Amino acid sequence: MGKTFSLDKNQAIEMHKALVKLRGVEEYISKIYPQQEMRTPVHLGTGQEAVAVGVCSALTKNDAVYSHHRCHNHYLAMGGSVRALAAELYGRETGASRGRGGSVHLTDRQNGFVVSSAILGETIACAVGSSLAFAMDKSKNVAVSFFGDAACEEGILYESLNYAAIKNLPVIFVCENNLYSTESSLSVRQPAGTSLVERARAFKVEASLIDGNNVASVFEAASNAIDRARNGGGPSFLELNTYRWREHVGPHFDHDLGRTYRDPAELVQWMDQCPIKQSKANLIEKNYCTSVELEKFGEEIESQIASEFDQAKLDRFPDVETLFDNVF
Amino acid sequence: MRILKYKDALSEATVQSMAIDKNIFITGIAVDYPSGIFGTTVEAARRFPDRVFDAPAMENALTGIAIGAAAVGKRPIIVHPRNDFMFLALDQLINLAAKWRYMYGGNAGSLPIVTRAVIGRGWGQGATHSQSLHSILAHFPGLNVIMPAFPDDAKGLMAQALRGNSPTIILEHRSLFDTEGHVPEELTPIEFGKARVLKKGTDLTIVASSFMAYEALHAAEELERYGLSVEVIDPRTIRPLDREAIIQSVAKTGRLIVSDVSWDFCGFSAEVSAMVAEQAFEHLKAPIKRICMADCPAPVSSVLEASFYPRASTLAKAVVQMLDRHDIPEFAIDRNDNFKGPY
Repeated sequence: MGKTFSLDKNQAIEMHKALVKLRGVEEYISKIYPQQEMRTPVHLGTGQEAVAVGVCSALTKNDAVYSHHRCHNHYLAMGGSVRALAAELYGRETGASRGRGGSVHLTDRQNGFVVSSAILGETIACAVGSSLAFAMDKSKNVAVSFFGDAACEEGILYESLNYAAIKNLPVIFVCENNLYSTESSLSVRQPAGTSLVERARAFKVEASLIDGNNVASVFEAASNAIDRARNGGGPSFLELNTYRWREHVGPHFDHDLGRTYRDPAELVQWMDQCPIKQSKANLIEKNYCTSVELEKFGEEIESQIASEFDQAKLDRFPDVETLFDNVF
Repeated sequence: MRILKYKDALSEATVQSMAIDKNIFITGIAVDYPSGIFGTTVEAARRFPDRVFDAPAMENALTGIAIGAAAVGKRPIIVHPRNDFMFLALDQLINLAAKWRYMYGGNAGSLPIVTRAVIGRGWGQGATHSQSLHSILAHFPGLNVIMPAFPDDAKGLMAQALRGNSPTIILEHRSLFDTEGHVPEELTPIEFGKARVLKKGTDLTIVASSFMAYEALHAAEELERYGLSVEVIDPRTIRPLDREAIIQSVAKTGRLIVSDVSWDFCGFSAEVSAMVAEQAFEHLKAPIKRICMADCPAPVSSVLEASFYPRASTLAKAVVQMLDRHDIPEFAIDRNDNFKGPY
């Protein structure tokens, strides 16, 4: 097995703060989205923060991260600006994609977040492509693809796994298994007894199944995979179990809208395994922080987020004359 | 100037560009085999063995791989020995490559990927090896779609594709690979969006793409014997399209035939016709005529194929009719098709 990558005090605190920030942003969006001023569909990642924070904390800005429609967490975890995200949601010129992309099409090249895109599985191959370029250049950089369990029903994942294995490429396939594809459960999408890590292993790709709500476990598994990839050990597949708290697209809880595709009791059970709750318990147990300190931080970050969104709202819209900018 | 074959002109542009730019690489099925995509990648594979490598048949992911490599500084060339396989790559090309610069507001950088794809024709290649995707690809803003018909254009347009910064599809017609022409030795890129007047004329304009441009030139030269003056325009690039050159020619001749290596319905010939109807209607002396593939999938039997594909003689006949020169007898002008397969 690989090296040990357990969190030291500083890392544990930093990652906790990141979890709180990601949660704060998504919850703030869910609060103000009904005002109808963000005219772009949002797929909120509330509940899935530990996946993004655990993996991205093991990366550098020279690595290449690709994401999917539920991308805010990955963008923020790589260091993306809250202001530019907010401005993008408001369709402003100062947005991450200058108001041309919206929630699902973000970019932040300076921080290593290449792009996110809304088509299922699409960017998996792009991550493999960046890792091919890194390998050709003999650099130590790695590429990471975030995708959901539903992308495991797309053929492109298997083309990509196969190719990455043949070429022994420095790419990490990060599958966030949140159990649902929009409103379809795993039972209608995968044969009973399916193991996604077994599928990856069939392609001779190193694979592990991890608790995706435990940021320390995610960080350790990701660090191992990334370390291997940087040192010529080839691709890895990480299946991270987690849960999306809110509806597939939009700000609400499913049960508030009377949707019955999943049981509210299931949500309650997963909320009990909340990544932030787990991380907080760990910090307090190890005496890294007090409850009071954490609470104070939580309040600070909340007011910061609100202020970033308020400022973004004051930013200017794109000039109509720029409609054709960057077509070619 | 020395004579080169179309396929050798493609090869030369690639090799010379790769010598200048170390970021160019070529991948696709069997690109590094001795057969090397009908000879077009053989020299590149010999000169740059690390940058020409085989890939499994995975058109969708391979296109995404090219995108991801280009995003971090490479200039990939991916090759489809038949462009019909590119249907499997349309998500990557249309949803991502074409929109990359636009939908990230220019902040994700540019995407210099080149997709080479070969159009088949005849020899019973049938319904899934004899189509051209240019109309589909050109429909979506963000992709350059180029279709060189002559060896010098093949070299110049390939050179431009490999120095440009936006995704480019180069559709190469299999029936043109062994045609010959004067090709400059130096690497001189040809700007996209500039049509080529293959032959000047005053009576009628033929706008023709790819292999049909080659056929149209032949038809126009033969018709000259009967005193007919046909202007032949090869747009060379479908997108960007040189609208101005077409309008100017129609303004002069007043008559237009559009010929395409695909079907007329919703296709490139429809686009050119609509554009002329919108912008040059007052110059037209006769209805526009389109000469394209018959509106059915490509058949295999040689007897059916002969009716399916238009040729130089089909164009000549249409010219004679449009100019009302019924005194001109039907005459055989079609050149032998030397293509003997297997593909």
